[in-house]
Amino acid sequence: MTTKLFGEPVQRREDPRLLTGQGRYLDDLGREALAAAFVRSPHAHARIRDIDVGPALDVEGLVAVYTWEDLPERVGRALPLLIPHPALTHGRTAYPLAREVVRHVGEPVVMVVATDRYAAEDACALIEVDYELRKPVVGLEEAVHGAQLVHEDVPGNVGAHLVQEVPAPGGHGAREAIEAAPHTLSFRLDIERSASMPLEGRGVYARWDGRDLRVYSSTQTSTSVRMAVAAALGLPLPQVEVIAPDVGGGFGVKIVHPWPEEVLVPWAAMTLGREVKWAEDRREHFISSAHERAQVQHVRVGFDDEGRVLGLDVSILHDHGAYTPYGIIVPIVTSTQLLGPYRVGAYRVEFTAVYTNTVQVTPYRGAGRPQGVFCMERTMDKIARHLGKDRTAVREANFIRPEEFPYDQGMIFQDGRPLIYDSGDYPEMLRMIKELIGWDSFERRPGRGIGIGCYVEGTGVGPYEGGHVQITSDGRVHVSTGLTSQGQGHETAFAQIAAAELGVPIERVSVVTGDTRRFAYAVGTFASRAAVVSGNAIALACRKVREKALRIAADALEADPADLDIADGLVHVAGTPSASIPLSTVAVLANPLRYAFDEEAAKATQFSGTASPDRPPVAEGEEPGLEGRDYYSPIRSTFAAGMHAAVVETDPDTAEIKVVRYAVVHDCGRLINPMIVEGQIHGGVAQGIGGALYERMVYDQHGQLVNASFMDFLMPYATEVPHVETDHLETPSPLNPLGIKGAGEAGVIPVSAVIASAVEDAEGFAVDRMPISPSELFEARRRNRG
Amino acid sequence: MKPPPFEYHAPRDLGAALRTLAEVDGKVLAGGQSLIPMLNMRLAAPAHLVDINRVGGLGASEVTPEGVRVGALARHAEVERAAAHPLLTRALKLVAHPVIRNRGTVVGSLVHADPAAELPAVLAVLGGSVRAARWDTAGGGPVLREVPAEEFFVGPMESALGPDELAVSAFFPALPEGSGAAFEEVSRRHGDYALAGVCAVVTVGADGAARARAACVGVGAGPVVVDLGELGPVRRAGWKAAAALVREATDPEEDIHATAAYRRHLVGVLAERALRNAAREGAAARGA
Repeated sequence: MTTKLFGEPVQRREDPRLLTGQGRYLDDLGREALAAAFVRSPHAHARIRDIDVGPALDVEGLVAVYTWEDLPERVGRALPLLIPHPALTHGRTAYPLAREVVRHVGEPVVMVVATDRYAAEDACALIEVDYELRKPVVGLEEAVHGAQLVHEDVPGNVGAHLVQEVPAPGGHGAREAIEAAPHTLSFRLDIERSASMPLEGRGVYARWDGRDLRVYSSTQTSTSVRMAVAAALGLPLPQVEVIAPDVGGGFGVKIVHPWPEEVLVPWAAMTLGREVKWAEDRREHFISSAHERAQVQHVRVGFDDEGRVLGLDVSILHDHGAYTPYGIIVPIVTSTQLLGPYRVGAYRVEFTAVYTNTVQVTPYRGAGRPQGVFCMERTMDKIARHLGKDRTAVREANFIRPEEFPYDQGMIFQDGRPLIYDSGDYPEMLRMIKELIGWDSFERRPGRGIGIGCYVEGTGVGPYEGGHVQITSDGRVHVSTGLTSQGQGHETAFAQIAAAELGVPIERVSVVTGDTRRFAYAVGTFASRAAVVSGNAIALACRKVREKALRIAADALEADPADLDIADGLVHVAGTPSASIPLSTVAVLANPLRYAFDEEAAKATQFSGTASPDRPPVAEGEEPGLEGRDYYSPIRSTFAAGMHAAVVETDPDTAEIKVVRYAVVHDCGRLINPMIVEGQIHGGVAQGIGGALYERMVYDQHGQLVNASFMDFLMPYATEVPHVETDHLETPSPLNPLGIKGAGEAGVIPVSAVIASAVEDAEGFAVDRMPISPSELFEARRRNRG
Repeated sequence: MKPPPFEYHAPRDLGAALRTLAEVDGKVLAGGQSLIPMLNMRLAAPAHLVDINRVGGLGASEVTPEGVRVGALARHAEVERAAAHPLLTRALKLVAHPVIRNRGTVVGSLVHADPAAELPAVLAVLGGSVRAARWDTAGGGPVLREVPAEEFFVGPMESALGPDELAVSAFFPALPEGSGAAFEEVSRRHGDYALAGVCAVVTVGADGAARARAACVGVGAGPVVVDLGELGPVRRAGWKAAAALVREATDPEEDIHATAAYRRHLVGVLAERALRNAAREGAAARGA
């Protein structure tokens, strides 16, 4: 790791392609394919009495119509519960097409295949489904009340209940510690629903040639889709290949798999012997994919005169929507990451995950952390206000100190491993953010406030990723890894790692991701893990290749491998630049040939005289080719951290909220590419601003999502996103060879907490519910000031 | 999100367009900025679509001392650039985003009659009108009628146009001498439909007395016009009280973006801002 590429702000190599319309997304493929469309439930909760497809049969271009009853047993099974957990006692998943009961508006009921999407939608509009309506369960309170059930066999609508308790060092539980504390506070917090909303929706396109199935999916995990599709269709794994083309954003929603459509479209392609494609439209994305965030939290905290938390007791109600395909990862992440950069005397957290007749809840960028951070940071602000202390002083008093790492929070994290923070420097980070935003010199006045929020993010979860690196005889370096890309800049960051490890110009490195033909073993791109897990795997694979290259070059140069170095694609003897051999030649020598198909290849043929006649052309223990494969499997997550601060102005007349400054100090260990990290932070903050000030999924009492379009679901435009000032702190992770931590989700995590803190500061009354709109601020003023 | 089947008509002249509208149950396509999304979401399912974009003579705007007549195919962006009417120009800058303004038409927006849209309020506050044409089958020719703004906006998304009628132009009267105008609104995001908005025209007479008229958007079934009449000398007019009158004239509804109380409060705030700004401009124009 000596060349300068690692850590440099290299411009994203994928951008010229992606920004000039040269990207190839799912719907750019398969122009001749048949189109699928779905009849989706217009009701939140109903029994299907009858489906009459008759009226649709005359639609010109109609190819096939399928209901659940038309599916073979294996295809019609309930979708897998991907992450079981002992506390998820009543996990439930949907069927690919509704079987007897629909449990949310948007649930697929009938699949239509036609020559084009227009005809398919025309047919959908003519299919008559007779529903017997049931009373829907909407909202957490109604779910908990339990008078109506989403699933008849899930009493009280409770899917999961988990209590986690970390006693104080003296053995006191949180409740005892709170009772004994000099000061206590209790309050309720609310966070509303939002969703991932990638620019490109989901989509799947399948080709069956009679023996092999090729599936393209706009997914965050092509390897998992491959296994899921093979399992659902009963195909041997080698006969299924899955490719993620360019993917226009994921943000979590595309990690769930298989989606009903990912099972049904390939099955239809096999059944019909024709290519079939489905590209999700925006309305489908609103009502048929996944949402996140919605929680109600009841908090009790006990603290001393300095604001040190002696006991914290949090009770979380988590709205899981209609199904739990991704298990209870979101509330687990909330419960564990809530602790942030703090050491809490004793901690008790309890969550109840309940079903409602709404779209299912699965991770969305941040994945439960924004809720946890909102809880903890609101708590810190309330303690400060109660004690009349500066908000940063209270945080400082609670920080884990740099010398305390590794710090064990005493809980089990989302990867099933202990929640042990590997490294960090929170006091230094606080100093940096205060300086960046000008905390101590801030001029407070009515309608102008400053806020702060701190978080710790477990990143780079296992189980593993792999990397394959091949240097071909033209000197080019081909890197592949199994996880996918949705715009993160992997082509650049991974190339930087490979170029730095191998000593080659970055222009010679190409990167392929998410293609099971190139790399079959992978987990996926989520949980801020790609750079950490694949990045390290690629580095390890490069080191294998490097070692082999040096070994072969040493033979050719009659030198000791230890005396060799690689720079600019040339292997040379250290201190003797003239004694060198290009990697391209090493690649030729690594693969002894019988046939000379080009000039380079001729050097490796049997009469070229380069090989020793006393040894086999491929030495024992060696493999032909200059390539290597390796895996990185982290022992546990590595913990990144950040602190954000913002200045807001609230209009005294119109109650409009304007973010006038937004500052971020971020620590993701060693930076591969600071420009990409900053881009991730900016994008995350933009999403966070959406969650804090604009976005909410509004369900009416009938379970209708009333703002299922970009007209009424308000995502911030560029005009609503403030300029983001950033600074970096680098505390390397001791857990992985490159010392890096994840950065993908960071930006979004504390934004609601920060904005709430700032609005509260500007207005002088508590802000305990997010998002907050001008109308809500107006109403809050009326309540608080009369 | 694909539209249901429809028959597409692309007439080349006004007569053909009007004859088609007389014959079939059709919907007129001009800029398509509202209609196309409604078709794609299957919220509208007209059997016939009459695309007037190839009809000659509908794109021109005419500026006279009396006002601006805007043709049915004049795009927001063109009219905005022409800057022939200060209030219209100001309002157009508040209409959505440049990309939408490049395609959307001024007359189309009036016909769409969205109560939250800016242009109906401008037409209403100015006392303008829409010129409608239909084909007289008996007479074998087009018949025109001029519909005043107060009759044109019938209800939310509903205009006075008959199913066989085409709005061929709209007339925005020039501001009287000594007038100022303003448009103030609050929207959730830049370019969104306003939660509430108020446009105002204040005319300062030769004697220095101010007359004012306001129209509100987003707080009623259509533009809510309030004629405030004579308000005394412009320098001492009671704008706060006038704004309160505007506020009291509205009866907004609650929706997912704002409570009724907040909207009504906004009307008061925005009316005062609009009236004061218009008065300042009017006073300057009068040299008072």
